[in-house]
Amino acid sequence: MATQIEPATQTDEDAFRAEVQQFLADNFPAELKGQSNALAGVDGPTNETPAQTEWREAVGARGWGTPTWPKEYGGGGLTKAQAKIIDQEFAKAGAYNPIGGMGVMMFGPTLLEYGNEAQKKEHIPSICRGEIRWCQGYSEPNAGSDLANLQTFAEDKGDHYLVNGQKTWTSGGQWADKCFAIVRTDKSDKHKGISFMLIDMDTPGVEVRPITMISGTSPFCETFFTDVKVPKDNLVGEEGQGWTIGKRLLQHERANISGGGSLARLMGQSLGDIAKKYQSTGADGELADAVLRDKIADFEIRWNSFLLTARRAMEESKAAGGVSEISSVLKKLGTKLSQERSELLIEIRGLQGLGWEGDGFSDGELGAVRAWLFGKATTIYGGSTEIQNNIIAKRVLGMLDHQ
Amino acid sequence: MAVLNEEQEMLRDMAREWTVNESPVTEFRKVRASGEPEAFNRDAYATMAQMGWAGVIIPEEHGGSDFGFLSAGLVVEELGKTLTASPLVMNTVAASAIVLGGSDEQKARWLPRLASGEAIATLAVDEGPSHDPAKIETSVSDGKLSGTKAFVHEAHGADLFVVAAKDGLYLVEKGDGVALTTRKLTDQRSHADVTFDGAAAEKLANGGDSLLDDVLDRARVLTAAEMLGMAQQVFDDTLDYLKQRVQFNQVLASFQALQHRMADLFADLAQMRSAVEAGLQAVDAGFGVARAATIAKAEANRVMHTMANEGIQLHGGIGMTDEYDVGFYLKRARVLEQSFGSSSWLKDRFSKLSGY
Repeated sequence: MATQIEPATQTDEDAFRAEVQQFLADNFPAELKGQSNALAGVDGPTNETPAQTEWREAVGARGWGTPTWPKEYGGGGLTKAQAKIIDQEFAKAGAYNPIGGMGVMMFGPTLLEYGNEAQKKEHIPSICRGEIRWCQGYSEPNAGSDLANLQTFAEDKGDHYLVNGQKTWTSGGQWADKCFAIVRTDKSDKHKGISFMLIDMDTPGVEVRPITMISGTSPFCETFFTDVKVPKDNLVGEEGQGWTIGKRLLQHERANISGGGSLARLMGQSLGDIAKKYQSTGADGELADAVLRDKIADFEIRWNSFLLTARRAMEESKAAGGVSEISSVLKKLGTKLSQERSELLIEIRGLQGLGWEGDGFSDGELGAVRAWLFGKATTIYGGSTEIQNNIIAKRVLGMLDHQ
Repeated sequence: MAVLNEEQEMLRDMAREWTVNESPVTEFRKVRASGEPEAFNRDAYATMAQMGWAGVIIPEEHGGSDFGFLSAGLVVEELGKTLTASPLVMNTVAASAIVLGGSDEQKARWLPRLASGEAIATLAVDEGPSHDPAKIETSVSDGKLSGTKAFVHEAHGADLFVVAAKDGLYLVEKGDGVALTTRKLTDQRSHADVTFDGAAAEKLANGGDSLLDDVLDRARVLTAAEMLGMAQQVFDDTLDYLKQRVQFNQVLASFQALQHRMADLFADLAQMRSAVEAGLQAVDAGFGVARAATIAKAEANRVMHTMANEGIQLHGGIGMTDEYDVGFYLKRARVLEQSFGSSSWLKDRFSKLSGY
């Protein structure tokens, strides 16, 4: 157990809450109320409006977008209780956290754990201020689920590495400033030959090509490295430690894909309520199509028990001071159920629920179609459902390696 | 597992220790072999009551501990793991009817006896083979209750019936005007059609219009808790078996086709536990009970159904034998699945509660 931090008194908390409220009153532009952080999503940035820039800079300067990160690197240096107060007050004011993206969700926590002092000083503050966008150089054409099969090679050239190879499914690669990548520094050992390094995307020899997805969007890229010089200072941890560091980062990624903090948003509108707008109803307002009604209830019950499971995992982790073993099922369950929900929405809306573009469809309808298509990726990326099943079977259930 | 307080942890540990040591499945086999229609061991039930388990939801002033439904669920879950045959669930549900709807006099007369195990009560609602509390013909005139209740759980051991009539719930003591017809079901437990022919009845006059629904929701969450224990046990037994059984010179646990099925069941079980615990907690909080209880029983039905089937299949041929326990869980599972709300009935109720 970690040393217990002196519990904050009620007065301290009230004072901090007042400070957050004052900060919001002074800094949060009213026109942004109800917006979400466009820069945090994988669909790519929209150009920031002056108000959005102002808000990002105000939160970044305080380190409140990364409230529990150490103050010396630009974080808020706050307790979990204080971070929760920020969450609550921002939500009350309709304010989003403008600091996000892969730097916050995955790379930052990993660098704080494995980076050296100079690396933390160089990279963490710009993440806390939301100035630098990071992308993930992991998957390759022949290294998907079998990630350790990666072939991108970093050759030791004395004071630098010379990197050659290809990464794929680089989320946001076309907009990123920097890339955290796992590359091969030793061809003789599958796992121990992997190193974790940081690559500037504007280094000569880095080329990015967006991939158009079935949803019509291009959130992922192919990234080519041709004789790319990477300074030795950009190696995180030791040479050969990349697989360990890389897997640690994936734990942060999984926690984010399965929902984590955004359960309320995930909950969404009741499918029954949506169905009543598209389908005929009987005398008591019940859906006339009894089969569809049953399907919706069946789904919503399982959706509820998933949300309850996510809540339970959080409560158990908090009480035990470690990760609950049921956390391992959240990614698998959450992604499958989200896909099911999208399919059910189409059944509810009929062809009106399959619009590609045009005035005959509402934004909500069109958005749902793209989300349905893009959602197929969620059971593939971040460790496919099959990989999650392997992890559960081996690590949680103690079943033997099948290989 | 929900985060428990100290009392709850002690209660659960005590229940776990007792069931494992004193009431393993071999005890259920003895009950079955005895052929007694009441189908439980009176001495074992007396011990359970002495440990305070019959009074977990009964107020302290009436001889209980008032620990609440989450606590009662912990005990019931452990009993479910070893298929311990007892009227504890039904007695708890019937007691809750008196707690919610009884007069001071009715509470004082019955609750201490139900808490101590001196008397046993059960609930009689349905009049056909499928749960349907909207279809009740039983009626009362001049304090005399008449009607027939179908498949009443633990009817043989009960001294007192909490009976649903058209206009509310009534207390009827076993005796004149009460006749039982044993209905042997696949789980080998106590079930009977109970005919009331002008039996003396006392109304549970408090508790308002929702009393029957409130009591049934308590039956749903406790039944779901029993199913949770059963599902957990089938999962654990199956996992153990897969780790031991060798075919093709490998333990079955090393086959990926089986690993992924176990991962699916593990995820199902996690959802079931979350739903059941949330249902029990909702009863204790007195908030959102109807919805939470519906979700709890619906998830218990869904997961227990699959778990029992997969348990048999993954055990292979020996899973089909009477010598192995897994078949007992399947047979009890289906009886509980059809009690207090089948899956289709629960989904209909969920839709209504959600306004569609």
